[in-house]
Amino acid sequence: MQLSREQLIRAYRQMKTIREFEERLHTEIQTGQIAGFTHLYAGQEAVAVGVCENLTNEDYIISTHRGHGHCIAKGCDVRAMMKELFGRRDGLCKGKGGSMHIADVSKGMLGANGIVGAGAPIAVGAAISAKLDGNGRVSVTFSGDGACNQGTTFEAMNMAVVLKVPVIFVFENNHYSEHTGHKYAVGSGDIAARAEAFGMRVWRGNGSDFFDTDQIMREVVEYCRTTGLPAAVELDTERFFGHFEGDPQRYRGAGEVNRLRQERDCLTAFRAAVVSANLLDDAQLDGIDVEVLKLIDDAVADARVAPPPEASQVLEDVYISY
Amino acid sequence: MANLTMREAVNLTLHQEMARDSNVIVLGEDVVGGMGTAGGPEAIGGIWKATIGLYDKFGAGRVLDTPISEAAIIGAAAGAALTGKRPVAELMFADFIGVCLDQIWNQIAKFRYMFGGRTRCPVVIRITYGAGVNAAAQHSQAPYALMTAIPGIKVVMPATPADAKGLLTTAIRDDDPVLFFEHKALYAIKGEVPDGDYMIPFGHAKLVREGKDATIVTCGQMVGFAERAADALARDGIACDVLDLRTTSPLDEEAILDSVEMTGRLVIVDESPPRCSLASDISGIVGNQAFAALKAPIEMVTAPHSPVPFARELEKAYLPSPAGIEAAVRKTLGYRSERRG
Ligand SMILES: Cc1ncc(C[n+]2csc(CCOP(=O)(O)OP(=O)(O)O)c2C)c(N)n1
Ligand SMILES: [Mg+2]
Repeated sequence: MQLSREQLIRAYRQMKTIREFEERLHTEIQTGQIAGFTHLYAGQEAVAVGVCENLTNEDYIISTHRGHGHCIAKGCDVRAMMKELFGRRDGLCKGKGGSMHIADVSKGMLGANGIVGAGAPIAVGAAISAKLDGNGRVSVTFSGDGACNQGTTFEAMNMAVVLKVPVIFVFENNHYSEHTGHKYAVGSGDIAARAEAFGMRVWRGNGSDFFDTDQIMREVVEYCRTTGLPAAVELDTERFFGHFEGDPQRYRGAGEVNRLRQERDCLTAFRAAVVSANLLDDAQLDGIDVEVLKLIDDAVADARVAPPPEASQVLEDVYISY
Repeated sequence: MANLTMREAVNLTLHQEMARDSNVIVLGEDVVGGMGTAGGPEAIGGIWKATIGLYDKFGAGRVLDTPISEAAIIGAAAGAALTGKRPVAELMFADFIGVCLDQIWNQIAKFRYMFGGRTRCPVVIRITYGAGVNAAAQHSQAPYALMTAIPGIKVVMPATPADAKGLLTTAIRDDDPVLFFEHKALYAIKGEVPDGDYMIPFGHAKLVREGKDATIVTCGQMVGFAERAADALARDGIACDVLDLRTTSPLDEEAILDSVEMTGRLVIVDESPPRCSLASDISGIVGNQAFAALKAPIEMVTAPHSPVPFARELEKAYLPSPAGIEAAVRKTLGYRSERRG
């Protein structure tokens, strides 16, 4: 393991923060305080964190409808995110965007996105900027096994190869697009092979294992930074909740979620690995857990009482008025 | 008659039309649901549950669960329609028109005309639209006016379960392309729906309230809002005609003009932003053709010129409201006295 103690602690804290953020939302949503469609990222934390820990603050990412994990991993403010979900005036997007549109461009986080497949071309654009500015930045687009079937994703991959820009297509294969299995909807079943056919280098890995993801991403980011070329990564992962909150999940097999939580939990695997290698001990990790829970508690408590937007704010930031 | 929700009325109509005509096919994302999963197929029958049971009844050949590929879905519907089928495609959210606009605008809308009238393109696209459930900027839009502006497609917007059945039946049997807009906030409303074969011709508005003082013209979700406003006004002795357009293309100009000629006052209620909207369109028609009948300026009650915001308070401020409609009616009624005073 090449990671320092500090890096390990940071990675664990980030993954745990995402997990607790999502677990807490799952219960908060049932109180009726949070409106709209919410897609939880729990189960996939090793992907967001394994990717973003290998990026600088200046690199770009663009996310999906399931964006909370990517936002947290890229450094978005957790309290402001929570306020956004509660639709508050001082939420990260002033209550205008909500779960599917959380963004903080100042952190290189170009937004969660409600349109499946919209992110990949935008990431190509960010990579064009990086190339023109010669600043060595890379741009990452997260897409699901569903989004990989959009024409926009294909077009973006081909264009990235043609234009030779440093964009990384990260495919999070959680085996479902909404209620449909990836074996049905992805013709060949092999997403990375598609990217390869467009002429870029590809990697495949276990997205439920932080160490595997981290190792791969170190190589991929280094490759893109040094060559300026695109690359793709397909990571196998699992989502622990429904497609959206309220999804009865009838498409799942009996006991499937419990089994996944037993066998494919990136946090459990991380803890087992670092403890058995004597890198961190349980007490240290438990300490992080306590801090993370407090952060989430505080964020929720803050968000609950934060003031809502004024009706007049509907017309803020429209820049053309009638 | 049966008491059904809008969702059930749509589902029933799809069942009836698929049974009646083997050329009718259904396609879209998760319209079966659960393909390639332990719990599927037929795990959901569409995220709006409008296509439940079709796969069991009519099979995988005619009920096509597609990958997330809107451009290919609508393009495939176009191709199947040119070659003898009557596809009913589902777009899960109206906002996704953005992904497949070429197929709607440059392909489906143009074939009959561009090919010299030698072909027809009987596609129906069922499109879930509208604000009111805090789904934010990319899942709440009401782009019916944009679509109404395109020559070559018909635009239908049922406001009741009965109309959903009658209009969808007509849409599926129509030989030309129809965009069928279903408001997400209306799926659960209930109403009496006629049994058997039930068709409502396009281009016929429905008078849902009668009154001589002012005319309210609207469609879709806004019909219910206008009815509430009219009922509140009625308690003060103000009687309004409320016209539910039911189709915005073709447009029942006759019904609008007849009513305005009687009342002399017009309020148009439109869920989309004001510029180049249904409201401004109808306002133009009335200004043109019933100028002399008008006793007051036309009032437009629309969403503001902004994207749809997320927060509850903001979305509430975004959507036209019954109170806003009521105020607009009172304003048109106050117009002459204001001018004299
Ligand atoms: C253009 C478009 N089509 C359809 C949808 C509806 N939708 C939202 S998420 C989703 C499934 C996405 O699956 P995947 O890409 O695998 O991401 P995951 O949900 O698994 O994270 C669909 C169909 C959408 N938001 N945008
Ligand atoms: Mg998926």
